[in-house]
Amino acid sequence: MHILTESLPVAQLLEQPMRYFFFTGKGGVGKTSLASATALALSESGKRTLLVSTDPASNLDEVLAMDLTSQPQVVPTTANLFALNINPEAAAAAYREKVVGPMRGLLPESALREMEEQLSGACTMEIAAFDEFTAFLSGDSASAYDHIVFDTAPTGHTLRLMALSQAWTQFFDANQSGNSCLGPLAGLEKQRTLYADAVEVLKDASATRVVLVSRAQKSALKEARRTWQELKELGIANQSLAINGWFTPTDSEDPVARSWADRQAQAVAAESAFLHSLPLYRAPLLPMNLIGLAALRAFYHSTEEPSVVLPTEAATPTTAELPDLNALADQLLESGRGVILAMGKGGVGKTTVAAALGVALAERGANVRLSTTDPAAHLTDSLGELSQSLSVERIDPKAETQAYVEEVLSQQPADMDSDSRALLEEDLRSPCTEEIAVFRAFARTVAQGEDGFVVLDTAPTGHTLLLLDATQSYHRELGRQSRTTQHSQAIEKLLPRLRDPDFTRIVLVTLPEATPVHEAASLQADLRRAGIEPYAWIINQMLANVKTSNPLLAARAQAEIRYVNEVVESHAQKPAFGIPWSPVEPTGKAGLQRLSSTKQQS
Amino acid sequence: MCCSTGVCGPEVDPILPRVSGMLSQIAGHGVKVERYNLAQQPLAFAQNREVRALLEAEGPDVLPLFYVDGQLVLKGRYPDMDERSAWVKQAREHADASAS
Repeated sequence: MHILTESLPVAQLLEQPMRYFFFTGKGGVGKTSLASATALALSESGKRTLLVSTDPASNLDEVLAMDLTSQPQVVPTTANLFALNINPEAAAAAYREKVVGPMRGLLPESALREMEEQLSGACTMEIAAFDEFTAFLSGDSASAYDHIVFDTAPTGHTLRLMALSQAWTQFFDANQSGNSCLGPLAGLEKQRTLYADAVEVLKDASATRVVLVSRAQKSALKEARRTWQELKELGIANQSLAINGWFTPTDSEDPVARSWADRQAQAVAAESAFLHSLPLYRAPLLPMNLIGLAALRAFYHSTEEPSVVLPTEAATPTTAELPDLNALADQLLESGRGVILAMGKGGVGKTTVAAALGVALAERGANVRLSTTDPAAHLTDSLGELSQSLSVERIDPKAETQAYVEEVLSQQPADMDSDSRALLEEDLRSPCTEEIAVFRAFARTVAQGEDGFVVLDTAPTGHTLLLLDATQSYHRELGRQSRTTQHSQAIEKLLPRLRDPDFTRIVLVTLPEATPVHEAASLQADLRRAGIEPYAWIINQMLANVKTSNPLLAARAQAEIRYVNEVVESHAQKPAFGIPWSPVEPTGKAGLQRLSSTKQQS
Repeated sequence: MCCSTGVCGPEVDPILPRVSGMLSQIAGHGVKVERYNLAQQPLAFAQNREVRALLEAEGPDVLPLFYVDGQLVLKGRYPDMDERSAWVKQAREHADASAS
């Protein structure tokens, strides 16, 4: 028996509901579905409820059958439900415009572009979004509602910045070193007390409940545990965990259904200590995405085995068959060398795809260096006879970050005052820092693609690449001062290497689901902004080619088609590649090889 | 970079914290120091006719610009060790002169 038997149906989240609900979790776990179902149920209990969405990849417009704007609007056919959508990118763009706009005509175009790029970082986006939703936490806009449901929650980094009101004072009153993530906040100073109040509301266990949404998957649960710990350290006590998409096989005879259940049981067992640490809820796996109020309503009333209208024939759904990874490997082999980057949002299987491609290329006799940031060593263990042509290297983000942080701190003047140091240390905990630290390791690795294949499961974001472009002049400067190190050479050559389609090939990895596809599409836009065109799209974990008699899984396979078609028709320049859903955790040579072929394996 | 330590950039620029240190030493001698960041205080750049002209002629690569008593003393790079200690010395002498 697994721990989920002790969990509560998700509908019980509504008992003695708090004024504020925050649903958070990584992309594609269903936080928007849970948030909207919760908001609808609250509104139907007679409470005036506002649903605040900040998910740029969300399909909430479609779910609620309305055009959401940044202002609250009543949801059609409901009496008490209001909704709005804050797009963090649009919020950041609006914020940028607030700073840059007044300068148009006053400063040359090149200076304006420089400003815009400086205000395009992860920090600006986070802070601009927080700014937008603060109004509903501590501003006047909140008082019109009994309940406010957010489909996101601020990160620990944002919260620490907001809570540092001492630091704010110091930063704005004596902006001498100017060295902080608070930099992008300069235009928002008036909101200072509003932010501090917002943070207090989040900490108030009698007013706010934070629901961590996860799937019964290893990486998603790990991420939920990390968020839980970080928020707990910041004094946010009222947290619960909701496991979405819990699968209860009705026919234990079906091998696909059985291995699905096994894989989720293993994931849950691995996090059992965490699962015992907070109230636990579960929601069943559904055959399709939740679209429309009726579906949302049914979601909270469904039992473990949702009664769904299933397609009459639970046969393999019809979709254009995608070429498999073997076909991709054949194609890649022609170039003989270069860098292959697997990119995509967390949880889509970048590491697995990179490893499978590395194995497929090595099998074909190529020299391959597989470089991964995945700490799970088991993936590439026991690669057996391939070890001659395939070498595996691990980039440990923690160790890289640690080394980077120490390097930065050691460069500070010894007489640095404690306030400045505190701010700098907060900068070093920002999401940028790990990205930058890993980036340095990344540049080192890419340089090795000159004589063989290098396959990586990590890559910098478009933003980092553009920053790199902007700082090329800095490196030229270094050259003049004859401080050119091997390290800075690797960085200097990185962008030209990444932009060279004969050297670097980026494969965008996604799942056949709404959010991962939309997130990958925005990643593609980001890359194009940096002058890089992705080489191929790979759709991972496709049920379409797996034969199952389980009606629920067959219906899910059917639901995939729409997103597969979206990738093929709207996003991928060339044919997209497909990877079948794997009944076992894909590790070792055999497990990875299995992914490369779409032919049915028994 | 969104922060002038370079923490957010692709590589730490070791000179930035040193320049910050120099500025606080100069300020410690009672000399008024102003530091402006293009993305954070763009108005300061737009309102200074000379700075604006330099930006128009040479683009953002002309930054950083250092002015002492209204005179441009350095452009396009940060001061090296000799320049930094000369400026700190100048500030100290200025402080001594005003004290006596």
